[in-house]
Amino acid sequence: MKAGDLAELALRNLREAVLRNSLTTLGVAVGVASLVAMLSLGVGLQELATRRLSNSGLFDTVIVMPRRNLQEMRRISTTPAPTKEPRALDDDARKELERLPNVVEVYPQIRFPTEVRYNGVPYSTIVAGVPESARGNGAYDGIQGNFFSGPNADEAILQIELAKDLAAQPSTLIGKDLVVRYAERQALAPQSPSGDAGEGDANGSGAGGFSIVPREKKLRIVGIIETEPAAGFGGFGSGRLLIPLEVASALRVAQVNDLRDAVRATDGKPRYASLTVRAKSPSRVEAIETAIKGMGFGTFSLLDATRNLRLFFTIFDLLLAIFGSLALAVATLGIINTLVMAILERRREIGILKALGAADRDVKQLFFVEAGVMGLLGGTLGAGLGWMIGRAITIGTNLYLKRQGLPGAHVFSVPWWLVLGAIAFAVIVSLAAGLYPATRAARLNPVEALRYE
Amino acid sequence: MTASTGVAVRAERVSRHYEMGTAVIRAVDDVTLEVRSGEFVALLGSSGSGKSTLLNLMAGLDRPTGGAIFADGRNLSELSSLELARYRSKTVGMVFQSFNLLPRMTLEENVELPLRLAEVDRAERGKRVADALERVRLEKRLSHRPSELSGGEQQRAALARALVNRPTLLFADEPTGNLDSATGESIMLLLKEIQQTLGMTIVMVTHERPLAERFANRIVSLADGKLLNDGVKS
Repeated sequence: MKAGDLAELALRNLREAVLRNSLTTLGVAVGVASLVAMLSLGVGLQELATRRLSNSGLFDTVIVMPRRNLQEMRRISTTPAPTKEPRALDDDARKELERLPNVVEVYPQIRFPTEVRYNGVPYSTIVAGVPESARGNGAYDGIQGNFFSGPNADEAILQIELAKDLAAQPSTLIGKDLVVRYAERQALAPQSPSGDAGEGDANGSGAGGFSIVPREKKLRIVGIIETEPAAGFGGFGSGRLLIPLEVASALRVAQVNDLRDAVRATDGKPRYASLTVRAKSPSRVEAIETAIKGMGFGTFSLLDATRNLRLFFTIFDLLLAIFGSLALAVATLGIINTLVMAILERRREIGILKALGAADRDVKQLFFVEAGVMGLLGGTLGAGLGWMIGRAITIGTNLYLKRQGLPGAHVFSVPWWLVLGAIAFAVIVSLAAGLYPATRAARLNPVEALRYE
Repeated sequence: MTASTGVAVRAERVSRHYEMGTAVIRAVDDVTLEVRSGEFVALLGSSGSGKSTLLNLMAGLDRPTGGAIFADGRNLSELSSLELARYRSKTVGMVFQSFNLLPRMTLEENVELPLRLAEVDRAERGKRVADALERVRLEKRLSHRPSELSGGEQQRAALARALVNRPTLLFADEPTGNLDSATGESIMLLLKEIQQTLGMTIVMVTHERPLAERFANRIVSLADGKLLNDGVKS
């Protein structure tokens, strides 16, 4: 039979038992809606988590350290001590890192404990340098106030807890000044063989030792943020006072590793305790990390955490899909039941069709098309229903979040691939459900079928 | 192939046995019958004589358990399921005692059904349906459903459906069995007219000897699955 005739006859048959077929189709729709709703929730939560984490800058970042530092961090080393001096993390290395493919930027980690004075009252806190690139990556979208006006601006962004310590109404702090007290490192000139100390250099990196000088810096508060986006990563503790990285760098604050470097440094070049390498995307991190290790440095990234996150969401989606599919499995039984009933009811009709020249495959195709149409209609209806459930969940969640004083979130995402996939899946499942009834109908003996009353 | 020229269908030592537990029902047992092109043959016999089973075997609705049936130049026993379906579609027209029209379809749609199954172009179907219904004088009842027709009209519609694919063989299983005598006679007249005007071969099963004697060219009697008598009328 031609496809057009087949479709026409199938639709006519479906219309004949309209109530039963509609209920079966509705069963498929509910099954698909359940599947779409579950998977959309999984996709939505995954997107939400990925977006939040990606904005935090944690997953596209590699921290680079000299190998020596890493080895010293281990209390008990199982590997033999290196025989030669590890490669220094200096400006040459930084330039080399910047030239690596898919590297967006390389900057030093500057994070130090210090004292802040506001209205003459001292507060202990941790200062962190924020690169200018953070402005555009969405991490500071929820800021109260503004991001730094420029990379060299003497401005500060406060973490909300620090802001609450400084003032009962944190928002009143914006536009006010505070003073940061810190220990500046001033390098001394290399000592002559006679033991005389020379003059210090400008950047405080001399190999001849350094002195510590207390300094103050006035900063204007421009913003308040809930939490530091890259909190605790690559440094010690969350930064509660954030300042532009270039400003932090210019302060030449004495760092923990300075003492060790003063003893070891021989070439007089400035060395970094660690550098942050930012990749174009989290997917590039692994290759960049491998390349950096090949350069002779130690690395640290949240690559494993990313992998674990992906693994978690894959399992999460799988479980949601399984639970979502349960309703579809029940709907599948409904299709089988409907078509088997149709065979019983239309037994004589099948006999007539065969007597008039219908081949087994014509009868089989007829039942297949009927099952497929129910799957297509049910799938389309179900995808729409699933989308509506998703919208309702999103609206409900946002209402709840709003009442809790939290920002809204898209916990639900229905991508096109999911809609099309769900419809295709419904059709495939329906065709599979129709396989047994269709085969049974096709095998009917026409003489016996014609005898059926 | 052993079919000779001028033979429309030939059953050669055909048997159709059914196994019911340990018992074997011999519905048709070693029957040989040759029907020539253009003949009107009546298969006569009492209930359970095997006449309908023999008709079904010749129409390709069933397969024999022994012997062979030759039609359209082929041994039907050796045809695949698909080839047998094509034989039923292109060569054979069937009329049943209970009409077997599809109740949810109109007359036009019922008659069009064999054309759909034979994959005839949509453009040609309308004309062929109209011709077939005109031949049985139902051209004005196109949009009626079977339930809106009398028994005689339904059987005429079934006849139009059997003719629409222009078959060479028409098999009729008790075509007047559900009709009163007057209506039955009108159907028989129609069958005779079709045989004479179209030169069609007709094999009809009946248990009404007077009808058979009046309209058929040849009467074949069966009893207990065996051929009893094969008489050509003068």
